[in-house]
Amino acid sequence: MQCFRALRYFSVWSQVPMGPADPILGVAAQFKADPSTTKVNLSIGAYRDNDGKPVVLDSVKRAEQIIKEKKLDNEYLPVEGLQSFIDASIKLGYGDAYYAQNGKSIAGCQVLSGTGAVRLGFEFAKKFLPQGTKVYMPNPTWPNHHNIAKMAGLEILEYRYFDPKTRGVDFSGLVEDLNKAQNGSVILFHACAHNPTGCDLTTAQWTQLLDLTKKKNFLPFFDMAYQGFTSGDVNKDAEAVRLFTAQGVPIVLGQSFAKNMGLYGQRTGCLSFVCANQQEREKVVSQLKLLARPLWSSPPLHGARVADIILNTPELNQLWLQEVKMMANRIQLMRVSLANNLKNLGSPHDWSHISKQIGMFAFTGVGPDHVKELIAKYHIYLLSSGRISIAGLNEGNVKYVAEAFHDVTKNTKL
Amino acid sequence: MQKLQLLQNQFNPTSDDIFFHIVQAPPDPIFGIANAYKADTSNTKIDLGVGAYRTDEEKPYVFEIIKKLEKEVVNDPTLNKEYLPIEGLADFNKGCQKLMFGQNSPLIASGQIVTAQCLGGTGALRVGFEFVKRHIPGDVYVSKPTWSNHNQVIERAGLNQSEYPYFDPKTKGFNCAGTIECLSQARMGSIVLLHVCAHNPTGVDPTEAEWLQIADVCKKRRLVPFFDCAYQGFASGCIEKDVFAVRKFAELGFQMIVAQSFSKNMGLYNERVGAVHIVTSNKDISARVLSNLKIVIRTICSNPPAIGARIAAKILTDEKNFNAWVEELKTVTGRIIKMRTLLKQELDNLKVPGNWDHITRQTGFFTFTGLTPEQCDLLTKQYHVYLLRSGRMSMAGITSKNVRYLAESIKAVVQNK
Repeated sequence: MQCFRALRYFSVWSQVPMGPADPILGVAAQFKADPSTTKVNLSIGAYRDNDGKPVVLDSVKRAEQIIKEKKLDNEYLPVEGLQSFIDASIKLGYGDAYYAQNGKSIAGCQVLSGTGAVRLGFEFAKKFLPQGTKVYMPNPTWPNHHNIAKMAGLEILEYRYFDPKTRGVDFSGLVEDLNKAQNGSVILFHACAHNPTGCDLTTAQWTQLLDLTKKKNFLPFFDMAYQGFTSGDVNKDAEAVRLFTAQGVPIVLGQSFAKNMGLYGQRTGCLSFVCANQQEREKVVSQLKLLARPLWSSPPLHGARVADIILNTPELNQLWLQEVKMMANRIQLMRVSLANNLKNLGSPHDWSHISKQIGMFAFTGVGPDHVKELIAKYHIYLLSSGRISIAGLNEGNVKYVAEAFHDVTKNTKL
Repeated sequence: MQKLQLLQNQFNPTSDDIFFHIVQAPPDPIFGIANAYKADTSNTKIDLGVGAYRTDEEKPYVFEIIKKLEKEVVNDPTLNKEYLPIEGLADFNKGCQKLMFGQNSPLIASGQIVTAQCLGGTGALRVGFEFVKRHIPGDVYVSKPTWSNHNQVIERAGLNQSEYPYFDPKTKGFNCAGTIECLSQARMGSIVLLHVCAHNPTGVDPTEAEWLQIADVCKKRRLVPFFDCAYQGFASGCIEKDVFAVRKFAELGFQMIVAQSFSKNMGLYNERVGAVHIVTSNKDISARVLSNLKIVIRTICSNPPAIGARIAAKILTDEKNFNAWVEELKTVTGRIIKMRTLLKQELDNLKVPGNWDHITRQTGFFTFTGLTPEQCDLLTKQYHVYLLRSGRMSMAGITSKNVRYLAESIKAVVQNK
């Protein structure tokens, strides 16, 4: 027995260093621990209503009611997930017309929300694209894109995206970088509501990128986490995806239903590949399954069932479209309100980028020192990059936030 | 010229069809059989493939307690659909620790157990092995045979694997001497994947004395035990007895990893409910380990699905719910044990050649029948009995109505010239 006791002092894990806290979820944890009554959470990308409360959409509640009444069992989903959900998801992303014509050649797989789509997509790319294929990501991008690419063993390069001077897109820099990129590279695009900058490309700019994609045989990987949530119109938000596919460019599409259906914790998403034909689609699906099986065996059912029922029940689909529009509208309202409040306070800075940017997030332009002060003095939680989640603003706190921002920036540069 | 060709292929894909070279992947050995069964139109077909529980009416079974708690969760107005923390639901994690290590385990109080909610058993294994890959150098030893997905998970995590001779085809029992011998040659610091109970696919488990021998060789060679627990409650019918190995190793001071699944024992298959536990030597190390587990999880799913864990947490943290669950589990397990007995009786009555003692000796969902791949093929093609080519039969698919037909079919293929 004595020798067994010695095991306690020998630590198998002694070499394990403390890992860095997740830049986003770490801040949310800090917010949770803060006892202040004026605290505001502008860190995490989760929608809040005007009372600062999370929202369960009515369309979701009604779908859950339908599920309850059906009394279904809990059997494993197939490895690729719920097929009717996959089909509905693809239809939503690519559009009715394209789906009607080409649906049979789109390989789809249900995944663990947007993260799962990127992980499975990157693992597939690593395994099946030619060795040495590079992945290009916008600078900046959602930090987890980098983490996932690393885990999948992919080499990442960046293309210029955000221009801190204009607080908009550095399009000429972007084009220059992609022109220099290796032919056949994977290019990660945010389909809409770029995270973290909120700066999206115009139709003309997407068209230029389409030409560049064709010229250089890029494989576009669209990460679409905010369809409907951006402009309020699901078709408009998927414009880039549809522009590319209409021209016959094969793409990869990752879709998340975390925000636009408020299914965050249900981890509901879809990954799809445009293939040449049905036979190829079957092969691609079979290989996706081979990668998904050792990741999660099969995806969780509940959220996919909810999304499936919503998308396939016309009445609920209509209701959902209205709800997502309402969420997008409230966010737009808050953007304008924050910008106006700052203007009215007499801020020396131009905050118009806040109302010009789109989607859940705004790249405010405040720096890490401002952020430290905002957290410590005002209990306002945002990322050190200056990214705020507009959804955390409401009529009750927008003035307070404006005052805080004004206070920490009035004597500094932005 | 060849080199140039290679370079061209690598860096200048001119083909419009980037996926043209992709070949059809083989169907999953287990799910593939389920699909074949589904497609079969015979009315005598029997599904003994996938490890999912069936009632005596061949229907999937939703635990009554789960139905009740699922309603509560879905109807709870205080619950929203927000993200769980990366490591999952705290209540659920605590409950998992108690179920696995014991209500009063000192390791829980001392903060030596790091727990994260995962996507079923597969998710826990993948997270555990990705963590191993990053933080402790070592090859993995898996039982021969083992669940087919183990090999894939370990491979995708980038680890090397070799086998220890677990199953003795002669005795149709556990090859203790062979296992100990193999592990005593293992490089120090290797990882050993051990099935806690109801070994999949063989149904053969070490005795308590044999577990002590395994512990001994692990201690001597400084091997890191990685336990896979997918059937707690399904082996003996007693939830404490079934995790004897984990609790004993914990008591003996091992630092180890445990993957825990609630797919079968709570019937929560499709909601992907599981947990990974890492036992450390103190809570400071635990904090560091947790931070790194979170990094692994963040790149697979960011945070785990909520609903299954909420249901499971209600069972694990409420005494009344817990007792109801344990009772139901006993009933479900009892049916499987009864089917083992019935099948052996039928085989004996029919005087089917061979020794069939292992059918009642083995435990859990599965039996390693000893049928050859050819016999299994015949069983499927001619008699519409679906099982794995390894001879693995899921006993949960046997019913009082089909057991005789099954015995007759087995007799026919065994006697087939």
